[in-house]
Parts: sequence; C-alpha cells; structure tokens
Amino acid sequence: MSLIQEIDFGTPASKASTQVTLTIDGKRVSVPAGTSIMRAAKAMGTSIPKLCATDSLEPFGSCRLCLVEIEGRAGTPASCTTPVAEGMTVTTQNPRLAKLRKGVMELYISDHPLDCLTCAANGDCELQDMAGAVGLREVRYGYEGDNHLCEGTDESNPYFTYDPSKCIACSRCVRACDEVQGTFALTIAGRGFASRVAASQAEPFLNSECVSCGACVQACPTATLTEKKVIEVGQPEHSEITTCAYCGVGCTFKAEMRGEEVVRMVPYKDGKANRGHSCVKGRFAWGYATHRERILKPMIRSSTSDPWREVSWDEAIAYTASEFKRIQAKYGRHSVGGITSSRCTNEETFLVQKLVRTAFGNNNVDTCARVCHSPTGYGLKTAFGTSAGTQDFDTVEQVDVALIIGANPTDGHPVFASRLKQRLREGARLIVVDPRRTDIVRSPHIEADYHLPLRPGTNVAVLSAMAHVVVTEGLVNEAFVRERCDWSEFQDWAAFVSDPRHSPETLEPLTGVPASDLRGAARLYATGGNAAIYYGLGVTEHSQGSTTVMAIANLAMATGNLGRPGVGVNPLRGQNNVQGACDMGSFPHEFSGYRHVSDDAAREMFETVWGVDIDNEPGLRIPNMLDAAVDGAFKGLYIQGEDILQSDPNTKHVSAGLEAMECVVVQDLFLNETAVHAHVFLPGSTFLEKNGTFTNAERRIQRVRKVMAPRNGYEDWEITQLLSNALGYPSTFGHPSEIMDEVAKLTPTFAGVSYAALDEHGSIQWPCNAARPAGTPVMHMDGFARGRGKFVVTEYVPTDEKTGPRFPLLLTTGRILSQYNVGAQTRRTDNVLWHEEDVLELHPHDAEDRGIRDADWVKLHSRAGATTLRAKITDRVAAGVVYTTFHHPATQANVVTTEFSDWATNCPEYKVTAVEVSISNGPTEWQERYEAFAARSRLIVDAEPAE
Amino acid sequence: MSGSGTVERLVYMANQIATFFESQPHANAPLEIAKHINAFWVPSMRQTLIAYVESGGEGLRADAIEAAKLLN
Repeated sequence: MSLIQEIDFGTPASKASTQVTLTIDGKRVSVPAGTSIMRAAKAMGTSIPKLCATDSLEPFGSCRLCLVEIEGRAGTPASCTTPVAEGMTVTTQNPRLAKLRKGVMELYISDHPLDCLTCAANGDCELQDMAGAVGLREVRYGYEGDNHLCEGTDESNPYFTYDPSKCIACSRCVRACDEVQGTFALTIAGRGFASRVAASQAEPFLNSECVSCGACVQACPTATLTEKKVIEVGQPEHSEITTCAYCGVGCTFKAEMRGEEVVRMVPYKDGKANRGHSCVKGRFAWGYATHRERILKPMIRSSTSDPWREVSWDEAIAYTASEFKRIQAKYGRHSVGGITSSRCTNEETFLVQKLVRTAFGNNNVDTCARVCHSPTGYGLKTAFGTSAGTQDFDTVEQVDVALIIGANPTDGHPVFASRLKQRLREGARLIVVDPRRTDIVRSPHIEADYHLPLRPGTNVAVLSAMAHVVVTEGLVNEAFVRERCDWSEFQDWAAFVSDPRHSPETLEPLTGVPASDLRGAARLYATGGNAAIYYGLGVTEHSQGSTTVMAIANLAMATGNLGRPGVGVNPLRGQNNVQGACDMGSFPHEFSGYRHVSDDAAREMFETVWGVDIDNEPGLRIPNMLDAAVDGAFKGLYIQGEDILQSDPNTKHVSAGLEAMECVVVQDLFLNETAVHAHVFLPGSTFLEKNGTFTNAERRIQRVRKVMAPRNGYEDWEITQLLSNALGYPSTFGHPSEIMDEVAKLTPTFAGVSYAALDEHGSIQWPCNAARPAGTPVMHMDGFARGRGKFVVTEYVPTDEKTGPRFPLLLTTGRILSQYNVGAQTRRTDNVLWHEEDVLELHPHDAEDRGIRDADWVKLHSRAGATTLRAKITDRVAAGVVYTTFHHPATQANVVTTEFSDWATNCPEYKVTAVEVSISNGPTEWQERYEAFAARSRLIVDAEPAE
Repeated sequence: MSGSGTVERLVYMANQIATFFESQPHANAPLEIAKHINAFWVPSMRQTLIAYVESGGEGLRADAIEAAKLLN
C-alpha cells in the first residue's frame, strides 16, 4: 500500500466533443477543443512547471512559470491560459524558457524561508518541486532584501494554520474558496509587495466567514495553509480510498495515514459525489475515533440504577443472548426487536435486520430513517415505483432552475450546496421554500429569485397552489403526462388543484406566502428549462410528510421534469447511509429491495437462503416499540448505532419506553443518551476501522475501507454475527464482501453489485443488474419503475399541533454546518468551537414582546415538555416562528417536540411544535433531574475517571 | 393527541390514514384504509383497533370503522 498520488493536469478538463490536434515538443497529440496547452502536455506525459495552476481551478496565469513558445506567435504565453488550436506547434522546454523560469523561481525563493528540512510540507511542497524542476541552484538577489519572513502565523483555526511567510500569492486558496466552495471568504489584500491572503476583513480565520471546508488548504502549493495534524505528525506514507461517514452526500476521501494513525482526510478528485471537495466535518472532524470518552470494552448491568461492569466479549454476548432468550420465553417471540443505523454500513444493517428476522424470529426491526426520510420511501414508491431519488449529483451541472424545499444544503449537505452554487453562479435560477431565510437564499453572487417563507406545516398547501398555477395557466407538459403517466389520474388531480380554493390568493392567509411570489415561482419552475427539486427533512418531518413528497412528485410529473439529466426529484438524505439502511430491509414491513414481507415469492426466496420460516406480518416501528414497552408487551431491544433518546420526539416518552424494557442493548462508540437506559453496552467501531459500503442520496454504493484495526476489537458486523451465533442462528461470514454477495443474491436492484464490481467502477448507483451492469445514474429514463407515473390527490390537512394563547409560537428544528445529528461524533471534535451549544433563534418582534435580549437564557415550553437554552435574536426566522438545533444533550430539544407524526409512516412532526418562550434563570426541573440521572447511570465500576 | 395510551394513539393514527384515503377520488376508502393498515400495523395493533370498533369505536371516522371490519 502506498500513498495515492492523483495527477494534477493543471487546468480543468474541457467538455467539448470536438478534438483538436497539435504538436507539443515534436509529438502530435489530440485533445478536446478548449483544453489548455498545459493540460494537453500533461495528457501526453509532459509536466510543464507551474505554481498558480491546479486542475480544480480555472487558469489564472499569475505565476509565469508555465511559459511556452508557440510557433508563429510572439512572446512566451502562459500554457495554463492558452487553449490549444488545430495545427499549433508548442515548445515546452528550451534554453530561453529555462532561463525565464529560473528567473521567476529566483524571485519567489528570495522571499521564502529556507527551512525546508523542518517545514511541515517537506516532501509535499510544489514550490520545492518547482525549484528542483527548473534547476534552481542560486538566488542572485540574496535574502537580505525586504521580505515577509517575520509575519506571524494565524493558528486560530483548530485544524489548519496560515503562515504568510510561506505564501507566494498565487491566489489558489482565494480561487478555491470562490470557485469550489463558493463562500468568497478569502481575498488578496494589499497591492504589489504588500499583497497577502486575508480572511474576511483581515480577521483571524476562526472569526472570519471561512467555513473551514479545507479547499484552500488542499489548493495551497506551499506550507502557507497546512493541516495542524501534518505539522504534528509529519507527512503521510500510505493512503486508502474510503467514504465519509457524515451526511448523505457521501464524499470520497483519501485517508492519508502514517502507520495506523490518520494524518489527514483529503477529498478524492475521482469521488463522483464530491468531485474533490469536502466540508469541515468530513475533512477535519474525525478525531472522535480516538477520543478519550470512547468505550472500548463491553459492559453489562442488571439494572440501569447499577453502575456498569466491564466484561469480556464472550460474557457480554452470552449475557445478551441469554436475556433475549429469557425475555422471549417469558413474554413471547414478538417481545424483542432491533434498530439498524443509517451510520453503519449496508452490510452491518443487512445483518441486523437478518438477525431480527431469523434469530429473533419476528419482523420487529426499524431504522432511524423512521424519523427522517420514511415519507420519501412511501411517497416516491407510490408515485414512481421506487423509494429513491431520481438523479445523480452530477445532474446539477445541467439544472436551469433549482427548487429547494425544506432543506438547508449549505449546512446539512455542504458539498452538494457548493456544487449547486457553482451552477447558480453560472446563471441557473433558484427558488427556496423554507420558513427561514437560509444561507442559500442570499450569499455571495447568489440570490434566490423567489424565497417563499411559508408558515411551518403548510407545505402541501404551497405545493397545491404551485400546481394550481401550473394547471390553470396552461403550463402542463401534456405530451410528457400523456406518454408517461396515468392520464385518468392526472385529470382527477388537475381538477383538484384547479379548484379556486387552491389558488395562491386564497391560500396566502394560510401559508403566509405572497400570492404574486408563489405564482412567479410556479411559472419559473414550469417554464425555466431543466427544473430539479431538492428537498430535505422540512418536507418529510410533518404529519403530511408523505403527502408532501407525493405533491412534489405530482409537480415534477406535470411539468415533465423527470427522466433525463438536469431535472428530477432529489431527496437530500440526512445521514451517510439513510438510503442504504432503507435499501437493506431495515423497515419492519419489507425486505431488502423494498419487497413486502407478505409477498410470498420474495419471502420464500429469503426463507430458502436463510433456512428459516419468516413471519409474513409487518413488525413494530420504533414508536410502536416504545408504546408496546410502556404497555408491558415489548421487553428487549438491540440498537446498533442510534441514539433514540436524543434524536426521537418526546424524550419523556422515549425514556419511559426504554426504562420499561428488561434488556436494552446499545452498540455504539460512546455512552450516548440511550445508553443511560441500557443494560448492555457493546462498543462499536468507527468507519475508519471497518470494511463495507455506504449508499448515498443519489443511490451510489461506495466502499468504506478499513485503515486501522478496530480499537474495540471487532467491526460492527462481527458483533452482530457473534450475537446471532449465540442466539442459535449460525452466521459464518468471513468478510463484508460475502454479506454483499448475499444482498446481491436476494435483491434484484443489487443483483450486479459486488466488491469486485465496486473496485472496477469506483462506485455504482443502483439499480445494478444484468441490463445495467454499471448502474443507473438517472432513473425512469425509459418509463417509471411502476409503469405509469401516478398522480395522487394531496388534500391539505392542517396539523393538530395548534398554536394558541398558551403556545403562540411555532418551533421548527434543524441542523448546523459544524455539527452532525445528535452530535455524538462532532461534539467530540474541535467543531464545538463553532457551535458549543444549541441556541434558540427568534424574531426581534417576538423577543421584544417578551423582554428577551440576545444571549439571554430562555425557557422553551410546549405541551410535551420544556428546556432552557440561550436566545439568538435574528430576522432569519419570521415573526411567530422559532428555530433550534438538536445537537447537544444538555438542551435535549426533543423534550419539547411532540409525537404527532406522518399519517403514512409515523415519521415525527419535528418541524411543527407549538411553543412559548420566556425568560429563564436556569435549567428546567427535567434538565436537572436528567443530568443527575445520566451522570449516575454512566458510572463504571473501578473505571479510571476521564481526564 | 397527548401520547398517552396505545388505544388513543391507534385511533388517532387510523383517523389520519382515513382522512387521506377519503380524499382520493374514485377510491373505496375503507378498502384502501384497510390495505394500508394491514401492510404497516402488526397484528396486535390491528386486533386492538378491531376490538375498539367492536366496543363502539367512539372517535373513529366512519370509514375507519368500516376499514376495521376488513382487517386481517
């Protein structure tokens, strides 16, 4: 295993289809028109010296190192900025060019510290490489002149340093921030010799607008911007390609290692989801893997009031198996169940649901998608026949109109957001439907054409109003609908939305969206060219989540925005493997590949391979499990990689359900909040310590590769297998690839997937079968998976969570860039510097009415419960709406949320809770009681206290 | 919905499901409601709903009551 070195072609690839032939250094080469001479030379194996050029950025032509001679042209043009031409003859090296380059390098080096041997970039420095490449042997100017060597280093960012003494002012960092990330946080301040990189208004990086995505560090050709870990550890010596374990974008990274120590995670240029970009979480926030609070030994206890006792793996597994057998003997076969995790691999998830259906002998398995994207599965399967998004991320490059509903991609899916922003800066139009003015509504060089700040809970009404405009103004793509959809159902739907009660004007008082804006947005979506819908949990986490998904599908079908690149319905999945966890049969009613357990043919296939009879009735969903536990009928739960106490609604009810069980098994990295109520803790492994696959939001199956031995002793799939064997159902997989082979054997949409195929293609988007051996980037190209697209009437039904005199405000919840889900991982990294606590955003008018000042402690109170947190006064939220995140257990925002849920899937209505906010002088009684209980419940017998 | 009591929750859920299918044109609402509940509820939840309907079914929408009679 060696360090993977990607070829830098100097300038981006041309997308032209016509070829141009030229001669470089006497050799003929053909490249696409528009290719730079630098890239053409590299394609034939000639590296022209360069400093300011890199192929992730547009050419800049500032360093003057890449000069070439072109026959018939005067001077020595820069090869990075000069495109090839038919018949061109280029010389890349001769005495004149060598002399020019050497002169340029002399000037650079005359103002550069000569500390190469002790420099962190030693061995990975393009300046050093170029000095060698041009044969620099002396600097005639000496080193005593004016220089930048005494300028101080900015170490404010927790992950990288900025050392201006090493800067060559090539602007690669500035351009990366602009072109790749789209934040425009950096600039070159000053002129001439005073030029230097500045973050925002020459502020320390940490205090600036920098979002710490790492693009600048990656682009820097010297040690000016360097990862602190590289400074601490040294240069990596080998690397592996793997997949990020954070959000549903699924970025591909090179894990660059020294021995078993991660030196840095570098986004991989060939990663088809991220195309070489990253965010602060994937790039830097992986230190939790070695955090001191990580639990590495199994623990058991007979009661949650007892301290934990460390035991051997054998004892922990035997105890768990005996407890589950005892419970089933006493309370019946259906008294136990399991929860799979969207943070674990496909193989691990498949194995957990298999354990439940075989060793437990029931279908009581569910997954955390229950509380996020279960309505996506129901809605898209109903409309199109497949429970998945329709496009790949690359499709964004062909989008003319992006409609974002209930998603905040710059925080939740930052790398996709950067790709979308690139397209928007090229001229694509933007519609945002969101109660908050999210960052993408207005950011540098981007402004939404329409921001529809709807009242929370009125998604269906807004979409019906948009459909009303499309139908009544004659904007339906009738040819598409007639060819691809059920015409009769379309007519029913068209008549429904045409009713005047669905007009934007009629609905404006309900939705709060100005009718003229809504009409404009609908017209733009229907007529602006390729229109793509991107949506998130602001769509699904409502009592009408599934209805909203179907309303989105209706709109896309009516306008013909499906079945080709640049369009589609694209759910932005929250966690890394939400799509995969759903694909793998994690829901209690269906097997992998979304086949219902009552489907005799599918069930018989599983029964044959697994050698057991499988229940033909659906099992319990997570909220059903908790209800049944409170009722005394459900007693044992195996939870892999999920923290339902913090992430699920109505914390008090979750707590009561868990406490009513006799054996709660938590398999995780840390003693999370759910573990407070657990009887067995099985230490889990991180994504760095296991092999497997994740499937991202675009159905892309990607390899996760082990780069270090599991510190806890086992990969998570091995732990599930130990438990299965202890329960009496033999499981003998030797490697996750064998589990994937079984998935492929049992799942038609995965029939062509194997580790060999993944290694060959890099990644594969399902469906992948004999007809599509390389996968399916865009779905429904030749017709919908279900046959004809189904239009569904989507009547607006107001939520039963009502505001009133006691609870006059609406709370909606979400996430922030630096933190991930319940924060178990990101809170254990330096990302806490950006978000050390959850805060409550409220509008200045609402704050004024209540006498609340910025940063005051406030009590957030609903019918379900109360918590306290600090207030942040901002007009990003509309009057009457408040907003918070759920990343910190000290806040426990879900104490406040209710159990209202989606009618079809029971996905909780996190996005609408009626609340009141008042000044507070301390934590609530619940918070105090919980904190004391949690502290007691985390005690470990004879454990060394954490530092 | 206060969240207290499984029966109360099941009644609420059944009414939510009924409300959706009642809005579908040309649909046999009780049949569609029953199909949905059969597909997603465990037998014990269905039995609880059936028993509730047999005891009067107070608070259930008419189509939900009819659907309960069609449950497996």
